[in-house]
Amino acid sequence: MVRLLSFLLLLATWWIAAQFAGSAKLPAPPAVLRVILDEAASGALFVNLGATLARVALSFVLAMSLGSAIGYLMGRVRLADRIGDPWLILLLNLPALVVIVLAYIWAGLTEAAAIAAIAVNKLPTAVVTLREGARALDRSLDEIAIAFAIPRLRAFRHVILPQLAPYIAAAARSGLSLVWKIVLVAELLGRPNGVGFEIGVAFQLFDIPLLLAYSLSFAAVVLVIETLLLQPFELRVSRWRPRAA
Amino acid sequence: MQLEVDITGKHFQNAAGERQEVLGRISFSLRAGEVGVFVGPSGCGKSTMLKILAGVDHDYQGRVARPHPARLGMVFQEPRLLPWRSVEDNIRLVVPDIDEAKLSELFAVLELSAHRSHFPGELSLGLARRVALARAFAVQPDFLILDEPLASLDDALAARLREEIAILVGGRSMITLLVTHNLDDAIRLGDRLFLLSARPARILAALPIALPRNERGEAEITAIKAGIARQTKGETTKRDAS
Repeated sequence: MVRLLSFLLLLATWWIAAQFAGSAKLPAPPAVLRVILDEAASGALFVNLGATLARVALSFVLAMSLGSAIGYLMGRVRLADRIGDPWLILLLNLPALVVIVLAYIWAGLTEAAAIAAIAVNKLPTAVVTLREGARALDRSLDEIAIAFAIPRLRAFRHVILPQLAPYIAAAARSGLSLVWKIVLVAELLGRPNGVGFEIGVAFQLFDIPLLLAYSLSFAAVVLVIETLLLQPFELRVSRWRPRAA
Repeated sequence: MQLEVDITGKHFQNAAGERQEVLGRISFSLRAGEVGVFVGPSGCGKSTMLKILAGVDHDYQGRVARPHPARLGMVFQEPRLLPWRSVEDNIRLVVPDIDEAKLSELFAVLELSAHRSHFPGELSLGLARRVALARAFAVQPDFLILDEPLASLDDALAARLREEIAILVGGRSMITLLVTHNLDDAIRLGDRLFLLSARPARILAALPIALPRNERGEAEITAIKAGIARQTKGETTKRDAS
Protein backbone atom coordinates (compact mmCIF):
# COMPACT_ATOMS: atom_id res chain seq x y z
CA MET A 1 0.00 0.00 0.00
CA VAL A 2 2.77 2.41 0.99
CA ARG A 3 4.68 1.35 -2.10
CA LEU A 4 1.72 2.12 -4.31
CA LEU A 5 1.26 5.55 -2.74
CA SER A 6 4.94 6.27 -3.17
CA PHE A 7 4.69 5.27 -6.82
CA LEU A 8 1.68 7.50 -7.36
CA LEU A 9 3.55 10.38 -5.77
CA LEU A 10 6.39 9.86 -8.22
CA LEU A 11 3.95 9.86 -11.11
CA ALA A 12 2.32 13.06 -9.87
CA THR A 13 5.68 14.78 -9.49
CA TRP A 14 6.57 13.81 -13.04
CA TRP A 15 3.27 15.10 -14.35
CA ILE A 16 3.60 18.45 -12.58
CA ALA A 17 7.22 18.83 -13.66
CA ALA A 18 6.15 18.12 -17.24
CA GLN A 19 3.66 21.00 -17.09
CA PHE A 20 6.47 23.39 -16.13
CA ALA A 21 9.18 22.08 -18.43
CA GLY A 22 7.02 21.80 -21.52
CA SER A 23 6.45 18.67 -23.59
CA ALA A 24 9.61 19.18 -25.67
CA LYS A 25 11.91 18.66 -22.65
CA LEU A 26 9.80 16.38 -20.47
CA PRO A 27 6.71 14.76 -21.97
CA ALA A 28 3.81 13.96 -19.61
CA PRO A 29 3.16 10.32 -18.60
CA PRO A 30 0.32 9.73 -21.16
CA ALA A 31 2.59 10.77 -24.05
CA VAL A 32 5.24 8.29 -22.94
CA LEU A 33 2.65 5.57 -22.38
CA ARG A 34 1.38 6.13 -25.94
CA VAL A 35 4.89 5.57 -27.32
CA ILE A 36 5.30 2.43 -25.23
CA LEU A 37 2.00 1.08 -26.60
CA ASP A 38 2.96 1.98 -30.19
CA GLU A 39 6.33 0.25 -29.85
CA ALA A 40 4.64 -2.75 -28.27
CA ALA A 41 2.07 -2.91 -31.07
CA SER A 42 4.75 -2.85 -33.76
CA GLY A 43 6.68 -5.56 -31.85
CA ALA A 44 9.85 -3.46 -31.71
CA LEU A 45 9.64 -3.11 -27.92
CA PHE A 46 9.68 -6.86 -27.38
CA VAL A 47 12.43 -7.51 -29.92
CA ASN A 48 14.68 -4.92 -28.29
CA LEU A 49 13.88 -5.91 -24.72
CA GLY A 50 14.36 -9.55 -25.67
CA ALA A 51 17.74 -8.87 -27.29
CA THR A 52 18.92 -6.97 -24.21
CA LEU A 53 17.63 -9.61 -21.79
CA ALA A 54 19.33 -12.37 -23.75
CA ARG A 55 22.65 -10.50 -23.56
CA VAL A 56 22.16 -9.89 -19.84
CA ALA A 57 21.34 -13.54 -19.20
CA LEU A 58 24.28 -14.88 -21.18
CA SER A 59 26.91 -12.55 -19.80
CA PHE A 60 25.52 -12.84 -16.28
CA VAL A 61 25.64 -16.64 -16.30
CA LEU A 62 29.10 -16.61 -17.85
CA ALA A 63 30.49 -14.13 -15.33
CA MET A 64 28.81 -15.72 -12.32
CA SER A 65 29.89 -19.28 -13.04
CA LEU A 66 33.44 -18.36 -13.99
CA GLY A 67 33.75 -15.76 -11.25
CA SER A 68 32.41 -18.09 -8.56
CA ALA A 69 34.77 -20.88 -9.56
CA ILE A 70 37.80 -18.58 -9.62
CA GLY A 71 36.78 -16.85 -6.38
CA TYR A 72 36.29 -20.16 -4.58
CA LEU A 73 39.68 -21.39 -5.76
CA MET A 74 41.38 -18.16 -4.68
CA GLY A 75 39.73 -18.33 -1.28
CA ARG A 76 40.75 -21.94 -0.71
CA VAL A 77 44.20 -22.15 -2.29
CA ARG A 78 46.81 -19.63 -1.23
CA LEU A 79 48.88 -20.02 -4.39
CA ALA A 80 45.86 -19.33 -6.60
CA ASP A 81 45.18 -16.21 -4.55
CA ARG A 82 48.75 -14.99 -5.01
CA ILE A 83 48.67 -15.59 -8.75
CA GLY A 84 45.19 -14.21 -9.30
CA ASP A 85 45.37 -11.12 -7.14
CA PRO A 86 47.21 -8.72 -9.50
CA TRP A 87 44.88 -9.71 -12.36
CA LEU A 88 41.92 -9.14 -10.12
CA ILE A 89 43.04 -5.65 -9.12
CA LEU A 90 43.66 -4.75 -12.74
CA LEU A 91 40.22 -6.00 -13.84
CA LEU A 92 38.45 -4.36 -10.92
CA ASN A 93 39.83 -0.97 -11.80
CA LEU A 94 39.50 -1.19 -15.57
CA PRO A 95 36.70 1.17 -16.69
CA ALA A 96 33.80 -0.63 -18.35
CA LEU A 97 34.05 1.62 -21.38
CA VAL A 98 37.68 0.60 -22.02
CA VAL A 99 36.77 -3.09 -21.93
CA ILE A 100 33.85 -2.62 -24.30
CA VAL A 101 35.78 -0.50 -26.80
CA LEU A 102 38.75 -2.85 -26.78
CA ALA A 103 36.49 -5.88 -27.22
CA TYR A 104 34.82 -4.29 -30.25
CA ILE A 105 38.17 -3.34 -31.75
CA TRP A 106 39.71 -6.78 -31.25
CA ALA A 107 36.73 -8.97 -32.01
CA GLY A 108 34.70 -6.71 -34.28
CA LEU A 109 31.18 -5.42 -33.67
CA THR A 110 29.93 -8.90 -32.87
CA GLU A 111 27.54 -10.43 -30.38
CA ALA A 112 30.36 -12.47 -28.84
CA ALA A 113 32.44 -9.34 -28.28
CA ALA A 114 29.54 -7.57 -26.55
CA ILE A 115 28.74 -10.50 -24.25
CA ALA A 116 32.38 -11.13 -23.42
CA ALA A 117 32.93 -7.46 -22.62
CA ILE A 118 29.93 -7.33 -20.30
CA ALA A 119 30.99 -10.57 -18.60
CA VAL A 120 34.55 -9.31 -18.08
CA ASN A 121 33.16 -6.24 -16.36
CA LYS A 122 31.14 -8.27 -13.92
CA LEU A 123 33.67 -11.09 -13.37
CA PRO A 124 36.00 -9.42 -10.84
CA THR A 125 33.24 -8.43 -8.40
CA ALA A 126 31.96 -12.00 -8.39
CA VAL A 127 35.50 -13.26 -7.79
CA VAL A 128 36.04 -10.88 -4.87
CA THR A 129 32.74 -11.72 -3.20
CA LEU A 130 33.14 -15.49 -3.56
CA ARG A 131 36.75 -15.33 -2.42
CA GLU A 132 35.56 -13.68 0.76
CA GLY A 133 32.93 -16.40 1.11
CA ALA A 134 35.47 -19.18 0.66
CA ARG A 135 37.77 -17.56 3.21
CA ALA A 136 34.96 -17.41 5.74
CA LEU A 137 34.18 -21.15 5.45
CA ASP A 138 33.98 -22.87 8.81
CA ARG A 139 36.88 -25.32 9.16
CA SER A 140 35.17 -27.17 11.97
CA LEU A 141 32.41 -28.18 9.57
CA ASP A 142 35.03 -29.51 7.15
CA GLU A 143 36.17 -31.75 9.97
CA ILE A 144 32.72 -33.29 10.20
CA ALA A 145 32.94 -34.19 6.55
CA ILE A 146 36.38 -35.75 7.02
CA ALA A 147 35.55 -37.63 10.24
CA PHE A 148 32.35 -39.09 8.80
CA ALA A 149 33.96 -39.73 5.41
CA ILE A 150 31.26 -37.86 3.51
CA PRO A 151 32.02 -38.08 -0.22
CA ARG A 152 33.50 -34.90 -1.69
CA LEU A 153 30.63 -33.91 -3.92
CA ARG A 154 28.06 -34.52 -1.18
CA ALA A 155 30.11 -32.52 1.30
CA PHE A 156 30.40 -29.68 -1.21
CA ARG A 157 26.68 -29.61 -1.77
CA HIS A 158 25.54 -29.85 1.83
CA VAL A 159 28.41 -28.39 3.83
CA ILE A 160 30.21 -25.88 1.59
CA LEU A 161 27.53 -24.58 -0.75
CA PRO A 162 25.07 -23.46 1.96
CA GLN A 163 27.87 -21.43 3.53
CA LEU A 164 28.61 -19.80 0.18
CA ALA A 165 24.95 -19.15 -0.66
CA PRO A 166 24.72 -15.68 0.93
CA TYR A 167 27.87 -14.67 -0.93
CA ILE A 168 26.52 -16.04 -4.19
CA ALA A 169 23.28 -14.13 -3.62
CA ALA A 170 25.22 -10.94 -2.88
CA ALA A 171 27.36 -11.41 -5.98
CA ALA A 172 24.27 -12.09 -8.08
CA ARG A 173 22.48 -9.03 -6.82
CA SER A 174 25.35 -6.55 -7.22
CA GLY A 175 26.38 -8.26 -10.44
CA LEU A 176 22.96 -8.04 -11.99
CA SER A 177 22.67 -4.32 -11.30
CA LEU A 178 26.12 -3.84 -12.84
CA VAL A 179 25.22 -5.88 -15.91
CA TRP A 180 21.98 -3.94 -16.42
CA LYS A 181 23.99 -0.74 -16.67
CA ILE A 182 26.83 -1.98 -18.78
CA VAL A 183 24.73 -3.86 -21.30
CA LEU A 184 23.16 -0.60 -22.47
CA VAL A 185 26.58 0.97 -23.05
CA ALA A 186 27.71 -2.06 -25.02
CA GLU A 187 24.56 -1.91 -27.15
CA LEU A 188 24.84 1.82 -27.69
CA LEU A 189 28.38 1.43 -28.98
CA GLY A 190 28.12 -1.56 -31.21
CA ARG A 191 24.86 -3.48 -31.53
CA PRO A 192 22.06 -2.97 -34.08
CA ASN A 193 19.27 -3.70 -31.58
CA GLY A 194 18.46 -3.75 -27.90
CA VAL A 195 17.34 -1.12 -25.42
CA GLY A 196 20.75 0.59 -25.48
CA PHE A 197 20.63 0.89 -29.27
CA GLU A 198 17.12 2.42 -29.17
CA ILE A 199 18.19 4.89 -26.52
CA GLY A 200 21.10 5.86 -28.75
CA VAL A 201 18.70 6.45 -31.63
CA ALA A 202 16.38 8.50 -29.42
CA PHE A 203 19.35 10.55 -28.26
CA GLN A 204 20.40 11.37 -31.82
CA LEU A 205 16.83 12.37 -32.77
CA PHE A 206 16.21 14.13 -29.45
CA ASP A 207 13.14 11.89 -29.20
CA ILE A 208 12.55 12.14 -25.47
CA PRO A 209 9.26 10.16 -25.36
CA LEU A 210 11.01 7.23 -27.10
CA LEU A 211 13.96 7.52 -24.73
CA LEU A 212 11.71 7.46 -21.68
CA ALA A 213 9.53 4.72 -23.15
CA TYR A 214 12.50 2.36 -23.45
CA SER A 215 14.12 3.35 -20.16
CA LEU A 216 10.93 2.82 -18.18
CA SER A 217 10.02 -0.46 -19.86
CA PHE A 218 13.52 -1.68 -19.13
CA ALA A 219 13.31 -0.53 -15.50
CA ALA A 220 9.99 -2.36 -15.15
CA VAL A 221 11.54 -5.58 -16.43
CA VAL A 222 14.45 -5.23 -14.00
CA LEU A 223 12.04 -4.70 -11.14
CA VAL A 224 10.04 -7.79 -12.03
CA ILE A 225 13.14 -9.97 -12.25
CA GLU A 226 14.43 -8.65 -8.93
CA THR A 227 11.21 -9.38 -7.08
CA LEU A 228 10.28 -12.63 -8.81
CA LEU A 229 13.68 -14.31 -9.08
CA LEU A 230 16.34 -12.77 -6.87
CA GLN A 231 14.43 -12.05 -3.70
CA PRO A 232 12.78 -15.48 -3.43
CA PHE A 233 16.20 -17.06 -3.95
CA GLU A 234 17.70 -14.99 -1.15
CA LEU A 235 14.82 -15.86 1.12
CA ARG A 236 15.17 -19.56 0.36
CA VAL A 237 18.89 -19.83 1.07
CA SER A 238 18.55 -17.97 4.37
CA ARG A 239 15.40 -19.65 5.64
CA TRP A 240 17.28 -21.53 8.38
CA ARG A 241 18.50 -18.26 9.88
CA PRO A 242 16.55 -16.63 12.67
CA ARG A 243 14.49 -13.78 11.23
CA ALA A 244 16.53 -10.63 10.97
CA ALA A 245 15.10 -7.19 11.58
CA MET B 1 39.82 -55.13 15.23
CA GLN B 2 42.18 -52.95 17.17
CA LEU B 3 43.34 -49.37 17.55
CA GLU B 4 47.05 -48.91 18.09
CA VAL B 5 48.37 -45.52 18.96
CA ASP B 6 51.95 -44.44 19.41
CA ILE B 7 52.10 -40.68 19.14
CA THR B 8 55.50 -39.27 20.03
CA GLY B 9 54.70 -35.60 19.77
CA LYS B 10 52.64 -32.85 18.27
CA HIS B 11 53.26 -29.13 18.18
CA PHE B 12 51.59 -26.03 16.85
CA GLN B 13 53.04 -22.82 15.56
CA ASN B 14 51.09 -20.07 17.30
CA ALA B 15 50.28 -16.69 15.77
CA ALA B 16 53.50 -15.17 17.14
CA GLY B 17 55.48 -17.92 15.42
CA GLU B 18 56.39 -19.68 18.65
CA ARG B 19 56.48 -23.44 18.83
CA GLN B 20 53.98 -24.90 21.27
CA GLU B 21 54.18 -28.50 22.36
CA VAL B 22 50.67 -29.89 22.65
CA LEU B 23 51.21 -33.62 22.98
CA GLY B 24 54.02 -35.66 24.45
CA ARG B 25 54.26 -39.41 24.17
CA ILE B 26 50.90 -41.13 24.05
CA SER B 27 50.94 -44.83 23.53
CA PHE B 28 48.09 -47.29 24.01
CA SER B 29 45.91 -49.78 22.23
CA LEU B 30 42.22 -50.60 22.43
CA ARG B 31 40.27 -53.65 21.27
CA ALA B 32 36.72 -53.86 19.98
CA GLY B 33 34.24 -53.84 22.85
CA GLU B 34 36.49 -51.75 25.05
CA VAL B 35 35.74 -48.25 26.23
CA GLY B 36 38.90 -46.24 26.78
CA VAL B 37 38.44 -43.07 28.77
CA PHE B 38 40.90 -40.23 28.83
CA VAL B 39 40.78 -37.96 31.84
CA GLY B 40 42.85 -34.84 32.00
CA PRO B 41 42.81 -31.18 32.89
CA SER B 42 41.11 -28.89 30.41
CA GLY B 43 43.41 -27.49 27.75
CA CYS B 44 45.84 -30.40 28.04
CA GLY B 45 45.51 -31.40 24.40
CA LYS B 46 42.75 -34.00 24.57
CA SER B 47 40.81 -32.64 21.63
CA THR B 48 43.98 -32.39 19.57
CA MET B 49 44.69 -36.04 20.28
CA LEU B 50 41.17 -37.00 19.21
CA LYS B 51 41.52 -35.10 15.96
CA ILE B 52 44.64 -37.12 15.20
CA LEU B 53 42.89 -40.38 16.04
CA ALA B 54 39.89 -39.40 13.91
CA GLY B 55 42.18 -38.85 10.92
CA VAL B 56 41.30 -35.17 10.68
CA ASP B 57 44.78 -34.00 11.64
CA HIS B 58 47.77 -35.70 10.01
CA ASP B 59 50.44 -33.34 11.23
CA TYR B 60 52.04 -35.17 14.17
CA GLN B 61 55.00 -37.34 15.03
CA GLY B 62 54.49 -41.01 15.65
CA ARG B 63 52.15 -43.66 14.36
CA VAL B 64 48.44 -44.38 14.58
CA ALA B 65 47.06 -47.63 13.24
CA ARG B 66 43.32 -47.22 12.99
CA PRO B 67 41.15 -50.28 12.51
CA HIS B 68 40.60 -50.70 8.81
CA PRO B 69 38.05 -50.76 7.31
CA ALA B 70 36.12 -49.12 10.10
CA ARG B 71 33.23 -46.71 10.20
CA LEU B 72 34.02 -43.80 12.48
CA GLY B 73 31.36 -42.10 14.56
CA MET B 74 32.40 -38.91 16.24
CA VAL B 75 30.87 -36.53 18.75
CA PHE B 76 32.76 -33.26 18.82
CA GLN B 77 33.09 -31.13 21.89
CA GLU B 78 30.60 -28.62 20.52
CA PRO B 79 27.68 -30.40 18.83
CA ARG B 80 28.77 -29.19 15.36
CA LEU B 81 25.58 -29.66 13.44
CA LEU B 82 24.90 -28.04 10.10
CA PRO B 83 22.69 -25.07 11.02
CA TRP B 84 21.01 -25.07 7.60
CA ARG B 85 19.82 -28.67 7.80
CA SER B 86 17.06 -30.03 10.01
CA VAL B 87 17.86 -32.54 12.76
CA GLU B 88 16.83 -35.42 10.54
CA ASP B 89 18.76 -34.15 7.52
CA ASN B 90 21.85 -33.66 9.66
CA ILE B 91 21.77 -37.37 10.37
CA ARG B 92 20.86 -38.39 6.85
CA LEU B 93 23.83 -36.38 5.63
CA VAL B 94 26.26 -38.89 7.16
CA VAL B 95 24.07 -41.97 6.56
CA PRO B 96 22.03 -41.36 3.40
CA ASP B 97 20.69 -44.92 3.30
CA ILE B 98 19.57 -45.23 6.93
CA ASP B 99 16.24 -47.01 7.11
CA GLU B 100 13.28 -45.36 8.75
CA ALA B 101 12.93 -47.95 11.53
CA LYS B 102 16.54 -47.52 12.65
CA LEU B 103 16.23 -43.75 12.61
CA SER B 104 12.99 -43.79 14.62
CA GLU B 105 14.50 -46.16 17.15
CA LEU B 106 17.55 -43.92 17.58
CA PHE B 107 15.39 -40.84 17.97
CA ALA B 108 13.26 -42.67 20.51
CA VAL B 109 16.24 -43.75 22.63
CA LEU B 110 17.62 -40.21 22.67
CA GLU B 111 14.17 -38.64 23.10
CA LEU B 112 14.49 -36.62 19.93
CA SER B 113 11.36 -37.77 18.11
CA ALA B 114 9.62 -34.43 18.62
CA HIS B 115 12.56 -32.48 17.19
CA ARG B 116 13.11 -34.23 13.87
CA SER B 117 12.24 -31.29 11.68
CA HIS B 118 13.74 -28.59 13.87
CA PHE B 119 16.81 -26.66 12.84
CA PRO B 120 19.84 -26.83 15.19
CA GLY B 121 19.48 -23.13 16.00
CA GLU B 122 16.16 -23.95 17.63
CA LEU B 123 17.61 -26.56 19.99
CA SER B 124 19.02 -26.23 23.49
CA LEU B 125 22.60 -27.37 24.06
CA GLY B 126 21.39 -30.60 25.66
CA LEU B 127 19.23 -31.43 22.66
CA ALA B 128 21.96 -30.48 20.20
CA ARG B 129 24.34 -32.81 22.06
CA ARG B 130 21.84 -35.61 21.64
CA VAL B 131 21.55 -34.97 17.94
CA ALA B 132 25.34 -35.15 17.71
CA LEU B 133 25.18 -38.47 19.57
CA ALA B 134 22.43 -39.72 17.29
CA ARG B 135 24.54 -38.80 14.28
CA ALA B 136 27.55 -40.69 15.63
CA PHE B 137 25.50 -43.80 16.39
CA ALA B 138 23.54 -43.64 13.16
CA VAL B 139 26.61 -44.62 11.16
CA GLN B 140 26.75 -47.84 13.22
CA PRO B 141 30.36 -47.18 14.04
CA ASP B 142 33.15 -49.67 14.58
CA PHE B 143 35.13 -46.89 16.15
CA LEU B 144 33.43 -44.26 18.27
CA ILE B 145 35.01 -41.06 19.54
CA LEU B 146 33.24 -38.94 22.15
CA ASP B 147 34.83 -35.62 23.02
CA GLU B 148 33.34 -34.36 26.31
CA PRO B 149 29.80 -35.29 25.34
CA LEU B 150 28.46 -34.26 28.75
CA ALA B 151 30.33 -31.00 29.30
CA SER B 152 28.34 -27.93 30.37
CA LEU B 153 25.09 -29.81 30.93
CA ASP B 154 23.39 -29.71 34.31
CA ASP B 155 23.88 -32.76 36.53
CA ALA B 156 20.49 -34.34 36.01
CA LEU B 157 20.67 -34.03 32.23
CA ALA B 158 24.27 -35.22 32.17
CA ALA B 159 23.30 -38.29 34.21
CA ARG B 160 20.47 -39.14 31.82
CA LEU B 161 22.57 -38.66 28.75
CA ARG B 162 25.31 -40.78 30.35
CA GLU B 163 22.77 -43.58 30.79
CA GLU B 164 21.79 -43.24 27.15
CA ILE B 165 25.41 -43.39 26.06
CA ALA B 166 25.94 -46.48 28.22
CA ILE B 167 22.95 -48.17 26.57
CA LEU B 168 24.13 -47.32 23.07
CA VAL B 169 27.73 -48.33 23.76
CA GLY B 170 26.63 -51.57 25.39
CA GLY B 171 24.47 -52.45 22.40
CA ARG B 172 27.32 -52.73 19.95
CA SER B 173 30.81 -54.15 19.86
CA MET B 174 33.12 -51.35 18.91
CA ILE B 175 36.19 -49.45 19.97
CA THR B 176 35.06 -46.50 22.03
CA LEU B 177 37.17 -43.55 23.05
CA LEU B 178 35.76 -41.07 25.50
CA VAL B 179 37.39 -37.89 26.68
CA THR B 180 36.23 -36.15 29.81
CA HIS B 181 37.49 -34.12 32.73
CA ASN B 182 34.90 -35.68 35.02
CA LEU B 183 36.28 -38.69 36.90
CA ASP B 184 32.78 -39.83 37.81
CA ASP B 185 31.71 -40.09 34.16
CA ALA B 186 34.97 -41.82 33.37
CA ILE B 187 34.46 -44.53 35.99
CA ARG B 188 30.83 -45.09 35.10
CA LEU B 189 31.45 -45.49 31.39
CA GLY B 190 35.01 -46.74 30.97
CA ASP B 191 36.73 -50.11 30.89
CA ARG B 192 40.17 -48.60 30.91
CA LEU B 193 41.14 -45.22 32.27
CA PHE B 194 44.02 -43.17 30.98
CA LEU B 195 45.05 -40.23 33.12
CA LEU B 196 46.63 -37.43 31.16
CA SER B 197 49.11 -34.82 32.36
CA ALA B 198 48.84 -31.10 31.77
CA ARG B 199 50.04 -29.81 28.39
CA PRO B 200 51.97 -31.27 26.67
CA ALA B 201 49.74 -34.23 27.41
CA ARG B 202 51.19 -37.64 28.10
CA ILE B 203 49.70 -40.70 29.78
CA LEU B 204 50.40 -40.61 33.51
CA ALA B 205 48.67 -43.86 34.34
CA ALA B 206 46.61 -46.55 32.61
CA LEU B 207 44.09 -48.12 34.95
CA PRO B 208 41.84 -51.01 33.96
CA ILE B 209 38.45 -51.30 35.67
CA ALA B 210 37.77 -54.99 36.03
CA LEU B 211 34.18 -54.79 37.20
CA PRO B 212 31.63 -54.92 34.32
CA ARG B 213 29.84 -51.64 33.68
CA ASN B 214 26.39 -52.74 34.75
CA GLU B 215 27.64 -54.07 38.10
CA ARG B 216 29.08 -50.75 39.21
CA GLY B 217 26.89 -49.30 41.93
CA GLU B 218 27.56 -46.17 43.96
CA ALA B 219 29.70 -48.06 46.50
CA GLU B 220 31.85 -49.68 43.83
CA ILE B 221 32.36 -46.37 42.08
CA THR B 222 33.48 -44.69 45.29
CA ALA B 223 35.87 -47.58 45.89
CA ILE B 224 37.32 -47.34 42.38
CA LYS B 225 37.70 -43.61 42.78
CA ALA B 226 39.57 -44.05 46.04
CA GLY B 227 41.80 -46.62 44.37
CA ILE B 228 42.59 -44.20 41.59
CA ALA B 229 43.35 -41.44 44.07
CA ARG B 230 45.78 -43.75 45.86
CA GLN B 231 47.47 -44.78 42.68
CA THR B 232 47.82 -41.33 41.22
CA LYS B 233 49.22 -40.09 44.51
CA GLY B 234 51.80 -42.84 44.28
CA GLU B 235 52.59 -41.74 40.74
CA THR B 236 53.17 -38.13 41.72
CA THR B 237 55.36 -39.00 44.71
CA LYS B 238 57.36 -41.35 42.51
CA ARG B 239 57.81 -38.57 40.01
CA ASP B 240 58.81 -36.10 42.69
CA ALA B 241 61.37 -38.50 44.09
CA SER B 242 63.04 -39.08 40.76
